[in-house]
Amino acid sequence: MAKKQAVCVKVNGQQREADVEPRLLLVHFIRETLGLTGTHVGCDTSNCGACTVVMNGKTVKSCTMFAVQADGAELLTVEGLFQEGKLHPLQEGFKQEHGLQCGFCTPGMLMSTYALLQTNARPTENDIRWGISGNLCRCTGYQNIVKAVQYAAGKMAQGGAR
Amino acid sequence: MIAKTSPEIGGMGHSIKRKEDSRFIQGKGNYVDDVHLPGMVYGHMVRSPYAHARLKSINTEKAKQLPGVLAIITGEDLAKANLAWMPTLFFDKQMVLATGKVLFQAQEVAFVVAQDQYIAADAAELVEVEYEELPVLVDPHKATDPSSPILREDREEKSNHIFHWEVGDRDATDKAFQSAPVKASVHAISQRCHPAPLETCGCVADFNRATEKLTIYLTSQAPHAHRTLFSIVGGIPEQNIRVVSPDIGGGFGNKVPIYPGYVCAVVASLTLGLPVKWIETRSENLQSTGFARDYHMTAEIAADQNGKVKALRVKTLADHGAFNAAAQPTKFPAGLFSMCTGSYDFAASFCEVDGVYTNKAPGGIAYRCSFRITEAAYLIERVVDILASQLKIDPAELRRRNFIQPDQFPYKTPLGWTYDSGNYEGALNKALEMVGYAQLRKEQEEKRKKGELMGIGISSFTEAVGAGPAHTFDIAGIKMFDSAEIRVHPTGKAICRMGTKSQGQGHETTYAQIVAQELGIPASDVIVEEGDTDTAPYGLGTYASRSTPTSGAATAMAARKIRAKAKKIAAHLLECSEEDLEWETGKFFVKGAPSKSKTIQEIAFAAYTNIPAGLEAGLEAVNYYDPPNLTFPFGTYICAVDIDKGTGEIKVRRFVAVDDCGNVINPMIVQGQIHGGLTEGLAIAFMQLIDYDENGNVQGGSFMDYLIPTAVETPHWETGSTCTPSPHHPFGAKGVGESPNVGSPAAFVNAVVDALSHLGVKHIDMPITPWKVWNVLKEKGVVS
Repeated sequence: MAKKQAVCVKVNGQQREADVEPRLLLVHFIRETLGLTGTHVGCDTSNCGACTVVMNGKTVKSCTMFAVQADGAELLTVEGLFQEGKLHPLQEGFKQEHGLQCGFCTPGMLMSTYALLQTNARPTENDIRWGISGNLCRCTGYQNIVKAVQYAAGKMAQGGAR
Repeated sequence: MIAKTSPEIGGMGHSIKRKEDSRFIQGKGNYVDDVHLPGMVYGHMVRSPYAHARLKSINTEKAKQLPGVLAIITGEDLAKANLAWMPTLFFDKQMVLATGKVLFQAQEVAFVVAQDQYIAADAAELVEVEYEELPVLVDPHKATDPSSPILREDREEKSNHIFHWEVGDRDATDKAFQSAPVKASVHAISQRCHPAPLETCGCVADFNRATEKLTIYLTSQAPHAHRTLFSIVGGIPEQNIRVVSPDIGGGFGNKVPIYPGYVCAVVASLTLGLPVKWIETRSENLQSTGFARDYHMTAEIAADQNGKVKALRVKTLADHGAFNAAAQPTKFPAGLFSMCTGSYDFAASFCEVDGVYTNKAPGGIAYRCSFRITEAAYLIERVVDILASQLKIDPAELRRRNFIQPDQFPYKTPLGWTYDSGNYEGALNKALEMVGYAQLRKEQEEKRKKGELMGIGISSFTEAVGAGPAHTFDIAGIKMFDSAEIRVHPTGKAICRMGTKSQGQGHETTYAQIVAQELGIPASDVIVEEGDTDTAPYGLGTYASRSTPTSGAATAMAARKIRAKAKKIAAHLLECSEEDLEWETGKFFVKGAPSKSKTIQEIAFAAYTNIPAGLEAGLEAVNYYDPPNLTFPFGTYICAVDIDKGTGEIKVRRFVAVDDCGNVINPMIVQGQIHGGLTEGLAIAFMQLIDYDENGNVQGGSFMDYLIPTAVETPHWETGSTCTPSPHHPFGAKGVGESPNVGSPAAFVNAVVDALSHLGVKHIDMPITPWKVWNVLKEKGVVS
């Protein structure tokens, strides 16, 4: 076993620190070390996107990074979307537009679309479809996910906004 | 017609938002991999790199020495407890861990348990297994060749042939063919594919030595049946086993069987007295757990010159892999494949299926379908299209000429099914209208003149869902009823538990709506729980679109029992006789004096506080529902595709889906099911294949090469509906979750073949990839 290394991250606004093996994947650090199990593992080839989190403002597939690579970073996971006693407009949108069924891809979808709306406040359907093309869903056929993101974009444009 | 309740009550027909969503959108779902118990350790499977090889030796010494390794279990260890083999769900047995030899690549060979998953994976690498390679059998058509190796040395019959099954009247069918002026046929492969739910399979087995209780958190679509099987196979008293199916990340049939990993985790927990977690990787999921389909089919139709069909003859070879691990009712070796006469009125029909072993992963399970109906629907919808093309009759018109008519229901098919209700032409007409069929055909003609490739495909399918009836359907001997238990609390709120288990279908919402409809208790006041065998009533689980037809029916029946008791209490409270009372959603009132009434909430309170003499306290009921028949949903799907002549790429321009599933509980949820099932149908038609090379190496064993459609390839779905209630279901509903996956592959394939039909193309096997199309175009001289 290799010598453990300290990893210090800010997750959902909170400072967290742990000594981990250098080979520990970021997704396992998030799920097991930090206990944030909303982030999921759906494949072993970086295809499915269930493990997507936002790191320093950009999406990463946390199964494809080591925890030590995130040292010093700011992370946002699905658990961090609910703020000030309110659901994020995207969370609302997924519920209102039936954008989820089994729920397993949902956290990754939420994080990818969160990052998408940060850079593109009024995405077209095509923008949204490409924006979630790194996230696989087996249940919804994506159509209602597109609607959910449009719902959130509309709500945020009206000033509902984060 | 079902009386519509107010939106506040939220009974049937309301698109109320899903109750389960709140936890999923906040990352608070509780999937098996989220279960974390004190002292929990981790399992990892050692798998065979060979498809067929003799096991010479397994050396675990190096692995055992790795710090953190707690146990290594081999087939020989299991054999001592008589657990090296386990029964499959279909009269066969399967190795839990290999003894003697391995029969497919990725087969389970040893199970390593360690303190964390990384150490377990390291130790698995250190397990030294010596193999002696044996000749490999990949092609099912060669399974019974004398030159092929016999795979299953454990069986008395020294043959790779598993079963022959036939149904229908062979002589009458052959006779109809002899005299028929027109014959059409197709050889079509429903290829090996995999349900690949986004959550893989796994478990946490937790044996408590002090209480002797074994709790198994399991990715299970059928937790009650699994508890019974664990008890029977493992010799553990059933009251000491609790199976918990927590949130399940999609199933689609993949989570119906019991897999070797589960058994190994249980054995490890029993041995160590610690909770043992085993979660398979995606690649393990695709390479070793239940595959679907792998039916090699021939269909022939006998017809007259007007395209009126007379007889259908079907012959099929089924590749079951190394063990027959089909998950289907025991009377049906080929599942409901004999639904292959589809929506059409055949005078005679004959269907035969032969199953064989090959050196491939065991199965097959029903991938979002009612036991092989997808294969059947695909076959009949392909061959009907070929008949239309041969006679130069429009495929919509040919279907219309042959549909079973509304006045023929209940309709008995020549292969033994009795369809409950249908109006096939109604669904076809609606789909034709929605898609603008005449205009599309005109456009196609114009495009052809310009040398552009456009095709239109139709599929008018019939599904059969909701098994039992118990007299015909059982899984491993357990009859296929299902159950519901409703308890109404003193304040008028309720909790319901069912024998089924949602994997995303929205049961927490839809069952609550049934209670709301029947009792007038708002759906928001009703909690639904499933999946814990210590608390829920026994049932066979969720697959084959059976939840609404069985547990949904049970919910209505249990609610009606409660209403009958509520009436007695109301009569007591209103000081009248029961005969003087009438029911209106949520209350009983005195006939002719509507102001004299008691709400269900008042009655519930009285059930605990002011009980009439001679009546038991409480307000609850259980129902075990044995449906009198299957339900037969149906629909027509129409697909329009454009094909790029340069690349062979297929673009789905339009897809119209008209479904009829009788009375609908929640239209939003039904539409969501249709969207999802169509997307899986698209994947099967154009992308998905678990293939093997000549050495039995699995191709398509990871998400790198087993393709799942992304949002970019997935078209915009257009949905519509007609409503033909089931005459025997308590509220006229039929199952629906699988219709889109059953009906759509033929629509996609028919559209592509239609686009190329003027070039002489009659059939292309799935998955129709751009590469395949491009090769056809090259062969036909369209591209050079």
